[in-house]
Amino acid sequence: MQTPAPFAYERAGTVDDALALLEQHGPEARLVAGGHSLLPMMKLRLARPEVLIDINDLTDLSYIRLDGSEIAIGAMTRHAELLDSALLAEHYAIFADAERVIADPLVRNRGTIGGSFCQADPSEDLAAVGSALGATLVVRGTGGTRTVAAREFHSGPYETVVAPNEILTEVRVPLRPGSGSAYEKVERRAGDWAIAAAGAFVTLDGDTVSDVGIGLTAVGAEHFCAPTAEDTLRGQPATDENLAAAAEAAAAAANPSTDQRGPADYKRHLAGELARRALGRAVARARGEGA
Amino acid sequence: MQVTMTVNGTEVTRDVEPRLLLVHFVRDHLGLTGTHWGCDTSNCGTCVLWMDGEPVKSCTVLAAMANGRSIRTVEDLDAGGELDPLQQGFMQCHGLQCGFCTPGMLMTARWLLDHNPDPSEAEIRDAISGNFCRCTGYENIVRSVRWAAEQEAQAPAEGEEVTA
Repeated sequence: MQTPAPFAYERAGTVDDALALLEQHGPEARLVAGGHSLLPMMKLRLARPEVLIDINDLTDLSYIRLDGSEIAIGAMTRHAELLDSALLAEHYAIFADAERVIADPLVRNRGTIGGSFCQADPSEDLAAVGSALGATLVVRGTGGTRTVAAREFHSGPYETVVAPNEILTEVRVPLRPGSGSAYEKVERRAGDWAIAAAGAFVTLDGDTVSDVGIGLTAVGAEHFCAPTAEDTLRGQPATDENLAAAAEAAAAAANPSTDQRGPADYKRHLAGELARRALGRAVARARGEGA
Repeated sequence: MQVTMTVNGTEVTRDVEPRLLLVHFVRDHLGLTGTHWGCDTSNCGTCVLWMDGEPVKSCTVLAAMANGRSIRTVEDLDAGGELDPLQQGFMQCHGLQCGFCTPGMLMTARWLLDHNPDPSEAEIRDAISGNFCRCTGYENIVRSVRWAAEQEAQAPAEGEEVTA
């Protein structure tokens, strides 16, 4: 039987409540939302918090809405809600692409976007989505609120810039009229973590790529992105050749490790190929073609 | 710590350790062994029950997290004294071999039919993609769910009075 080591349990009713509990219990306390990454790690003793602060009652952090020129997503929004969101589907198909291949429908009923970012698993899909889209993350502490670029959020595997006494409250994505986006993933079996995955958005001005973002999952790319590949494509015509050149540059941004999911050279190949496919689909969607 | 929750319509209160998993709470503390305990890693789905109306993998939910919430287990499916159409479907279409995955399949499929009364085969397969059957009896499980859907489409919905 797998059971976590003993810990104390607290439940927060509000964000202020959660922050007060974090202050009270110090750095050995952890917030738990869906728990579908944290609890398995606790069973394996890979994580051993002394106090768990349950934030599932913070339903006011569950929303997906337009906020000026951005989409604001509350940190407690579940994967199932992200997958079903008409607003996200209208503006960023990349979310449904990614969510459809995150675990399974039952896990998606519990897991949250905030939990995914804060757990910071290197194979987790939404980090690359956030990096591709240039999202910003809103982090609250007792001293106030700060925003962090998705590309500066992760400080290492399972590590983020969120301090022990802070809480991620929101993910913000800028609207980009005329853009298309997509996410492509290869996994060993349905619902598994990625062997590799790539996400992209492309904004077209006529046939010219006026803006582009590329995210990479599980291949050791710094901050889950490929800025050099973006520079290769930005300002260029959206031709197959140019997309392939950008994808090649994305593969060069990957720094994968060989593990049970595959050898490093295969993952690097996947990074390039999946970036090419994601860019191609993003361009097609920006043109209003295809699904 | 003390937890209180509604389980299959009845309020229960127990003293538990914070680390107790919900699957062990319903099985060992409440004696509701219909919910099975399988992989322990939120993969296999045999531990699926409903929390606040949504199917969840109870090996990855703490009993403490269910405090104050409403739980429905497979034991509640025939609460009216009659088997749920899904249970009948699993009998009619041989939807189980060893039966280990069945409670999770039933609870996941019940939620599906409640929200999508006429699911396609693809929708059924997607819905149960977090439930493993290691007898690989998926064909018959999908048929069983379709059988129940068709049965429910013909019969008046639960709670609906038939007037002569």
